[in-house]
Amino acid sequence: MIEFYIDTHSGVPPYLQIGQQVRRALKLGLLEQGDQLPTVKEVVARLAINPNTVSKAYRELEHEGLVVARVGVGTFVAKSLGSESFSALAPPRHDLRKWMESARRAGLDDESIEALVRECFRSSSGMVVA
Amino acid sequence: MLSILLGDGSGVSSVLETEDLTKSYRAKMALSNCTIDVPQGHVVGLVGPNGSGKSTLLNIASGVLSPTSGSIQVFGSPPASSSTQLERVSFVAQDTPVYTGFSVRDHLRYGQHVNPKWDDNLARRRVEQLGLDLGQRAGKLSGGQRAQLALTLAIAKRPDFLLLDEPVASLDPLARREFLQILMETVADRGVSILLSSHLVADIERVCDYLIVLVSSRVQLAGEVEDLLATHHRLIGPRDATPPESQVVIESSYTERQSTLFVRSDGPILDPHWTVEAVNLEDLVLAYMGQGRTEREVNANEELA
Repeated sequence: MIEFYIDTHSGVPPYLQIGQQVRRALKLGLLEQGDQLPTVKEVVARLAINPNTVSKAYRELEHEGLVVARVGVGTFVAKSLGSESFSALAPPRHDLRKWMESARRAGLDDESIEALVRECFRSSSGMVVA
Repeated sequence: MLSILLGDGSGVSSVLETEDLTKSYRAKMALSNCTIDVPQGHVVGLVGPNGSGKSTLLNIASGVLSPTSGSIQVFGSPPASSSTQLERVSFVAQDTPVYTGFSVRDHLRYGQHVNPKWDDNLARRRVEQLGLDLGQRAGKLSGGQRAQLALTLAIAKRPDFLLLDEPVASLDPLARREFLQILMETVADRGVSILLSSHLVADIERVCDYLIVLVSSRVQLAGEVEDLLATHHRLIGPRDATPPESQVVIESSYTERQSTLFVRSDGPILDPHWTVEAVNLEDLVLAYMGQGRTEREVNANEELA
């Protein structure tokens, strides 16, 4: 079971934050096929957010085919994304760590590093490696 | 056939509908020509400066006050017009009133006595969860405990519409969070409609999916939060650029080189002179409160002139 959190200063609508957190947990292998998501009531009782927010997030995840809702039972993960993508993460993570170290050695502060990553992310998104 | 499908209209009909609702005390307007139509099933946030009419609207909707003119309907009939209707509505007034001489147990007994749909299990479970002593006199409870007791009584009545006037104003952050947790759990459980007033925009942002902004006794804005956020934008552009057409400018500020506009727009904004940014609930509340205040100043100046 995973727990959600809401960052009210991020400017990202809460239902999108919940969706992001589920997708991230799937990619990191924290959630696998058959795992149950917390019920709407459990989430709102913990986070004090509007139940419609949680229902909407779950509906969108269902629409994406990532989870299935079973009436009266709960919402379950429909497929795992973990195993392949988790191992695929290792090499880029290693490279990124090395790059971070070299950036810090070069004297870049956190803000500059973040700006650089964002810029490269933007300029390379849409690029597909054959 | 159609009447069976529609039933009593629940799900499609309004929980609260007002037309030109007005309340005045001698020369002072407490609420002016308020026209709103709130569908069932929402958690409605009522925001506005002190004295803008929030408590007046809540008091009229609960049947405590009568309007001077205009009409108001709660579930399709005037507030407090029948016992059935009284059973469907719970109201917690400002400062969460409890009977100071009564014990917590007395409150529960009284609640059971006067409310036909009273859920005593829920009330007792809630009191236990809150760690309240049944023998404790309500006058000895802390502000947070009093608020929780008042909410417990309001929820145990099993209403379809819950009205709360600044329920969390006197609570510390932890008690506030606990209060909202119980409130949202009740919505998840029973689908109750809620109208609550608050100055705490961060709380409104968490729990409300419908917003009403009142300024100087007038409704400045009312609608579903999602729609409101989708149709309002902040535009940033050069000082000499003309504002894109078909926008309603709610608020504007200028420097020598730059214009910042807060606009309402149904369609996309494609004018390349302007950078379009999304707004959040706080931006929305502040912009409309500011607009209301500007109008009030204009009116005051006109009266002076």
